Amino acid sequence: MPDAEGHFGPFGGRYVPETLVYPLQQLEEEYFRAQHDPAFQQELDYYLREFVGRPTPLYRAARLTEELGGARIYLKREDLLHTGAHKINNALGQVLLARRMGKTRIIAETGAGQHGVATATVAAMFGFQCVIYMGAVDCERQALNVYRMRMLGAEVVPVHAGQKTLKEAVNEAMRDWVTHIRSTHYILGTAYGAHPYPVMVRNFHRVIGDEARRQILEQEERLPDLLMACVGGGSNAIGLFYPFLNDPGVRMIGVEAGGLGIIPEQHAARFHGGSLGVLQGTRSYILQDEHGQIQMTHSVSAGLDYAAVGPEHAWLHDQGRVEYAYATDEKALEAFMRLARTEGIIPALESAHAVAEAIRIAPTMRKEDIIVINLSGRGDKDVMQVAEKVGLSGSVSAGKCGSGSS
Amino acid sequence: MNRIESRFARLRSQQRKGLVVYIGAGDPHLEATRQLALEFDQAGVDVLELGVPFSDPLADGVVNQLAAQRGLASGTTPSSVLKTVADIRRDSQIPIVLYIYFNLLHRVGLDHFIAQAAAAGVDGLLILDLPPEEADDYEALMRKAGMCPIWLVAPTTPDARIERIARRAQGFIYYVSREGVTGMQSTVSTSIGDMTQRIRQHSQLPIAVGFGISNPDQAREVATHADAIVVGSAIVNRIAQLGSDPTLAAQVGAFVRSLADAVRSASASPA
Ligand SMILES: Cc1ncc(COP(=O)(O)O)c(C=O)c1O
Repeated sequence: MPDAEGHFGPFGGRYVPETLVYPLQQLEEEYFRAQHDPAFQQELDYYLREFVGRPTPLYRAARLTEELGGARIYLKREDLLHTGAHKINNALGQVLLARRMGKTRIIAETGAGQHGVATATVAAMFGFQCVIYMGAVDCERQALNVYRMRMLGAEVVPVHAGQKTLKEAVNEAMRDWVTHIRSTHYILGTAYGAHPYPVMVRNFHRVIGDEARRQILEQEERLPDLLMACVGGGSNAIGLFYPFLNDPGVRMIGVEAGGLGIIPEQHAARFHGGSLGVLQGTRSYILQDEHGQIQMTHSVSAGLDYAAVGPEHAWLHDQGRVEYAYATDEKALEAFMRLARTEGIIPALESAHAVAEAIRIAPTMRKEDIIVINLSGRGDKDVMQVAEKVGLSGSVSAGKCGSGSS
Repeated sequence: MNRIESRFARLRSQQRKGLVVYIGAGDPHLEATRQLALEFDQAGVDVLELGVPFSDPLADGVVNQLAAQRGLASGTTPSSVLKTVADIRRDSQIPIVLYIYFNLLHRVGLDHFIAQAAAAGVDGLLILDLPPEEADDYEALMRKAGMCPIWLVAPTTPDARIERIARRAQGFIYYVSREGVTGMQSTVSTSIGDMTQRIRQHSQLPIAVGFGISNPDQAREVATHADAIVVGSAIVNRIAQLGSDPTLAAQVGAFVRSLADAVRSASASPA
């Protein structure tokens, strides 16, 4: 998977305006050449190790495990990577590809800002001009990352169309790309979009699962029983899951954003309120109305607040290989605080969705069972937003450095 | 022969160039769309392209995005656009192409949508985000319904691909004359003549050239290289300015007449 045209069963493919078809074919060819070029792999491995900080630890969350009283929980610490999330695995791979193709300019969309920061970082590293599209609402709620991108020399363009979040940022990035197709490479930030993006992004992230597999075999001398990851477009989840797909004993759960509950326009759980459609280059599950107009979404987490899901996840869902659950805003916020206070790790709000589902499910499992959660990013970007929501946002300078609530 | 094919056959026999006009359906409302269509028919428009409003028009520039938003705001749906086409058909035989994003067909089913469109009197479909590689079912259904699938060729399309597209095309081939989204330009692309010649090596079909043409001078210039020209955003922009003004159809019609005259004057000079 996928087939030569990028189909995962009935999903995937390449649904784009004609101007993009040939450039996507060229990208595909160059990517497959690079994939089989030892020099490309060596250079990628070098930067992943020396710049990004791979491998990341597989950390046994002993206190959380004990508190929940069920399965042993391990955290794959993608939050420890340079720039603070898994996104840089893919951004680095694609920037090396852009250099091979002789491009001079990089663009990307971003939701939480983590992919934007990762892209701005690799663009700075290799001397590319860089433009990041970000919904105006996301610019507000992830303001820290907007500053980081600007410091790294990127231009951040707020997008005011529609609901002003990730989907609109993707539309705007695609419009930029068709307009500057000869000079520009578009570093799409998730396992979504037209072929070859879903397969390419997956392959740049499979290092997460490859490492986790080796690490759990070292530490426990067996494979885990359950893998869990949050699913926005699906890149961190497919990165963890992919190397385990042929291990029938390994169960997998992707966790979507349940927002305020499964009510139209109040969530982003495509497998719970979505249907088959075609959006932004690919065929997959999407949230849409009866006429095929794309519905509004909501999530406390900007990185999961998206109306569509990657085509490989759609395929794995329909095959019954991966299960898809959702966590509401409320549960994700609880998990965010709980991980901070039991393990000393502040997770990204996106990753907190996976933690929330693990908190629900671990107590129902046996003590000898093993869960691996992909901790896809750290929560620095979310600190202000969460502080307001959980009532920790009083003045910190006026002598009120108290312990806060809960 | 459907209406598109017979219109181009007539243009060819009269050695005339054609004018294709794009507007967003339901902008500001569908009754205005109907009136504009009838006005354009009188003004000498050869093909009317009706944009079906979509929530995420990623191939469109800001002018057409705003038109789609106004269309959605006026309650326009794919089925109400088809109903409007049926209404137009009571008074006019102007060839009509729907300019549409694939999800809107996909949602109700290709066979269903295509059958309904044909029944309403639509003559062709131009699906922005459906390349020929994904279109086997679509083509079979279009053939059965007697509608023309209109395919795009872009400046980035290599020769081998032009040939493949040309083999599948019916009605006319739409050459998108520059890399980018829809929208007006102060100058037109200089490579149009080269590209239309390359397309002609693979196809006898008429070639319409569009994207960015905004005034009669540009229309005349581009028409010397093409069989027809397409004007969209410049008209949509006028509709946006006039909104629900009762003279909307008359005023936009006057502008379209100036484009039709320019295209006709290009017909007199050899290509
Ligand atoms: C930390 C983190 N995790 C997860 C995601 C969701 O994306 P994906 O589903 O592609 O992993 C994001 C996206 O912004 C993110 O920043």
